[in-house]
Amino acid sequence: MKRLVNLTPSRPLKVLLGLAPFALILLIYVIASDARLEVNPNDKLLPSFAQMGDAMHRLAFEPSKRTGEYLFWQDTASSLQRLALGVGIAAVIGFVVGLLTGALPTLNAPFAPLLTVISLVPPMALLPILFIVFGLGELSKVALIIFGVAPFIARDIQRCTQEIPKEQLIKAQTLGASTWHILVRVLIPQLLPRLINAIRLSLGAGWLFLIAAEGIASTDGLGYRIFLVRRYLSMDVILPYVAWITFLAFMVDWLLANSSRLLFRWHHAGGNT
Amino acid sequence: MSTTPPMLQIKNLWKSYGDNIVLENLNKNVEAGEFVTLVGTSGCGKSTFLKMLLGMETQTRGDLLLDDQPIATEPDQARGIVFQQYSVFPHLTVLQNVIIAREFEKSPLLGKLFGGRKKAVLEEARQLLERVGLSPAANKYPHELSGGMRQRLAIAQALIRKPRILLLDEPFGALDPGIRADMHALILDLWREHQLTIFMVTHDLTEGFYLGTRLWVFDKVRHDPQAPNAYGARITYDLPVGDMPHDTFNQIQQSLNPADTNEVASASGETP
Repeated sequence: MKRLVNLTPSRPLKVLLGLAPFALILLIYVIASDARLEVNPNDKLLPSFAQMGDAMHRLAFEPSKRTGEYLFWQDTASSLQRLALGVGIAAVIGFVVGLLTGALPTLNAPFAPLLTVISLVPPMALLPILFIVFGLGELSKVALIIFGVAPFIARDIQRCTQEIPKEQLIKAQTLGASTWHILVRVLIPQLLPRLINAIRLSLGAGWLFLIAAEGIASTDGLGYRIFLVRRYLSMDVILPYVAWITFLAFMVDWLLANSSRLLFRWHHAGGNT
Repeated sequence: MSTTPPMLQIKNLWKSYGDNIVLENLNKNVEAGEFVTLVGTSGCGKSTFLKMLLGMETQTRGDLLLDDQPIATEPDQARGIVFQQYSVFPHLTVLQNVIIAREFEKSPLLGKLFGGRKKAVLEEARQLLERVGLSPAANKYPHELSGGMRQRLAIAQALIRKPRILLLDEPFGALDPGIRADMHALILDLWREHQLTIFMVTHDLTEGFYLGTRLWVFDKVRHDPQAPNAYGARITYDLPVGDMPHDTFNQIQQSLNPADTNEVASASGETP
């Protein structure tokens, strides 16, 4: 018998093992749900898949009686738009700040300590301030995501910038590069795949801030919907919404990972040489 | 530009970090076209000296003159460099790595050339790659190259702007012996063809004897066991090395008695 550290499952077995926990969780849910519904058909805590399907069909394929909108798609579009705006703006701000403070010692000196302190402010604690300053509209929700994500991206990019070997910067100078040249031809192209990575890591926080802001003050959005239907114990809506949010998060991450692999082949195959 | 003063003049050059004296009182002249090899134990200051030539470090006292002018205190295109590693840009293909120097030169705003101007530069780069034997790999990325090919690229990259001085910082230290011999032949050929002035730091004493016209040995002459940093290193040997046939090289190596040189090297090896 080999040591446990040397045992590697074959490829089909690996896929099987990977799927097994999902199947198990579904099975346990179905059994528990059936058991509860048998005792009380009006139980709302663990709805059956049929009930969830009905609820989702209502939200996704029948126009709302009040507004005439397809609520599920409306919620999805609103949330994705806020997330994209928030994370997108945060990425741009974070990239520029991280690049400049990482590459230029004269900017690092005054701004790096400030950045460290700002990144330690809990963004959720700023939410009331954002509501006061920006009102309850779209802006405050997007601003919360920016405040939550940009400092993290800035610090990550700053670290990555400083990790690029000094030899490369010197080499560029001996080839006649100006500071601007070094930024646009040496640093920025090498930092783009790292930016994508930073965005992937910060998307979890992005979703958190999005749903929190929507839950507190909004009129649509995935977070708004699940906080709204909580009042009626509508687990038949909440559970599919949570699954849908998870799926969206997975897809965004997958898209980013694959576009990075396609666009920056040199980064993923080689790294620094 | 007058031709009378030596290309590089080192006058009473001192370098210290606080109380730690690294180099003391260097006085040398180097003519254009010389190939100087720098050897010495680690920590003897040869890399510090190379950094001063490169403009990354400034002398504490004395003068370092290039073409009768104080050498620039930041790296520029007058001095090319090949490091042991990280010398090439990993996000650019071999060809892009070579033309980037021309792009810096000709496009101050974007650092990138397009169309006809790019075509001319590409042609020049292709010839240079042909010369260093990298033509088949022109469109590969550095991570797809072997260590030796990567150094060939680094050399081609450094040569395209025709630097006054080419600095080599242990460029072949990480290569296999066979590859290293090929690289020696290449650098000697390029040195002759392009009439380069080369400074090369190396660990390998035989490399120092074989390549170039001059061998400098960096070592501490004075040594105080109570204060190991009180005295800096000097150039203890300044030997003319010919670009000579192999048997002559052997004779000279024997006549120089490398055992002595090794002893000097190992004695200073005890200093921290």
